[in-house]
Amino acid sequence: MKRYSALGLVRNALGYNRDWREAWRSPEPGKSYDAIIVGGGGHGLATAYYLARDHGIRNVAVLEKGWIGGGNTGRNTTIVRSNYLWTESSLLYEKSMKLWEGLSQDLNYNVMFSQRGVYNLGHSLQDMRDIERRVNANRLNGIDAEVVSAAELGKAIPHLNTSPDARYPILGASLQRRAGVARHDAVAWGFARAADSLGVDVIEQCEVTGIDVRGGKAVGVQTTRGPIASDRIGVVVAGHASVLAKMADLRLPIESHPLQAFVSEPIKPVLDTVVMSGAVHGYISQSDKGELVIGAGIDAYTGYGQRGSFHIIEHTMQAIIELFPVFSRVRMLRLWGGIVDVCPDACPIVSKTPVEGLYFNCGWGTGGFKSTPGSGWVFARTMAHDEPHELNAPFSLERFATGALIDEHGAAAVAH
Amino acid sequence: MNTAPRRWRTSAHGFNAMLLIECPWCGPRAETEFSYGGEAGIVRPPDPDALSDAEWADYLFNRANPRGAHRELWNHTHGCRRWFAVERDTVTNQIQRSYTLDGTAPEPGTGSGTASKLTAESDTTSRIGSGG
Ligand SMILES: Cc1cc2nc3c(=O)[nH]c(=O)nc-3n(C[C@H](O)[C@H](O)[C@H](O)COP(=O)(O)OP(=O)(O)OC[C@H]3O[C@@H](n4cnc5c(N)ncnc54)[C@H](O)[C@@H]3O)c2cc1C
Ligand SMILES: [Zn+2]
Repeated sequence: MKRYSALGLVRNALGYNRDWREAWRSPEPGKSYDAIIVGGGGHGLATAYYLARDHGIRNVAVLEKGWIGGGNTGRNTTIVRSNYLWTESSLLYEKSMKLWEGLSQDLNYNVMFSQRGVYNLGHSLQDMRDIERRVNANRLNGIDAEVVSAAELGKAIPHLNTSPDARYPILGASLQRRAGVARHDAVAWGFARAADSLGVDVIEQCEVTGIDVRGGKAVGVQTTRGPIASDRIGVVVAGHASVLAKMADLRLPIESHPLQAFVSEPIKPVLDTVVMSGAVHGYISQSDKGELVIGAGIDAYTGYGQRGSFHIIEHTMQAIIELFPVFSRVRMLRLWGGIVDVCPDACPIVSKTPVEGLYFNCGWGTGGFKSTPGSGWVFARTMAHDEPHELNAPFSLERFATGALIDEHGAAAVAH
Repeated sequence: MNTAPRRWRTSAHGFNAMLLIECPWCGPRAETEFSYGGEAGIVRPPDPDALSDAEWADYLFNRANPRGAHRELWNHTHGCRRWFAVERDTVTNQIQRSYTLDGTAPEPGTGSGTASKLTAESDTTSRIGSGG
């Protein structure tokens, strides 16, 4: 792999940009691998990268049925933060945050991680009590967090309607300054390129149609491009987790829902941070291209169609205009949906399964983009040692039988 | 222009709409009148104490979550407030049928009735009527 550098940029510009190489190979699938990752989203690619980089397992294939990053990775609104309430989750997300902070250098790929801060607004006394509690919990776990007043918000975000006469007056917010956004596609591409350069085969348009289990052990997968053998299989398919689980006769505590998002026409820079409100239920940031990036909650019903219902969009717009009346005449440009894998406790499953050599990483639901590097890091470790890291041990499949749920629903404001 | 290969495109059919759900009592109504109740047909175990933790967890948390045909509960919250079941394709969102949970077909539009008892094999839309 040719390293990317400023000098390389100049050299290629002088050569009329004719010499850029493909960022990763597109190899034919091999007959067998030391490890197979099913799902070429950010989490799957990150898993492959850390397997190769940290655990010396380089004979790895990532099998993706479409194109890499075409699932939720390329459809999300890219909010990255680690201010979750419970210790288990905040430590996992904070591990990820630390990896984000060096990720562009690690991967030699600009993932455009921008620590522009994330505000979670409070609109009632109870909201503010919850915010105080979460901020204190975060600090106890070594995570930066502060409480800001409505007056401070008004100064920091001039267009935010902090008037006490608002329909749902804003009383204050939590602020994580190290939080922010990143470029979703670049995360998939950066991990793919870095994994590829360590020998990982990234194989697109290869759908896994069956999981071969013999004597309680995983031995390989069936794909649209033929069978591939491996005794170590990690499934990282987000919304399709239940579909893959069924191939190995497993049942998961997961339901797949549509989650929609949309962007406006590009406008001049107007919002230099991320604003989320769990109460009016919407969140917004502005991309480097100038589009307002907007999202809210899942559609109530389950769905695999990557589309949802219109009233969700209407509701989301209402929330945004409640917060930012100034955006009322901005036109929306594009809208799309992903398939999010929601767990009953709004926490992921990064776990061994009853089938030996078969691992599942799913349940990130509406909020797993932020955890892409951390998830890959702990999952690689879990697959390499057949044992979870202490950071993901609480996120086992067994927690649903033991009752040790980690209830982040509602605890950590809007779930993104 | 959509430059994605044909098999990667999602169809525009139904996009931007909401579901049109047929309440067995009130007829077809907008999705916003209803609340979703998840997978249909999950029976609470008669004797929970007799179950292992894993079996109880399976009842409580595990779901089929199929890609394709799904039987699910809906409540007509802003209408007659009754629960019923719907068979919907989770990929296309096409609704095949609605049916009452006790297997009786109501008199359409009356909001009252147990007009005829359905047998297991006649548990179909034709008997439920389209309501009004
Ligand atoms: C609209 C929206 C907004 C969001 N906003 C945020 C946010 O602001 N912040 C945040 O942290 N998170 C957010 N999320 C959640 C986040 O996008 C996901 O949790 C995360 O991207 C999941 O990554 P992944 O790699 O596990 O899944 P994906 O990127 O979905 O990758 C899974 C891959 O598996 C492939 N696959 C499926 N079945 C098969 C098969 N049989 N064989 C081979 N491959 C298969 C799919 O094609 C897909 O590419 C949002 C999600 C959506 C949809
Ligand atoms: Zn009704």
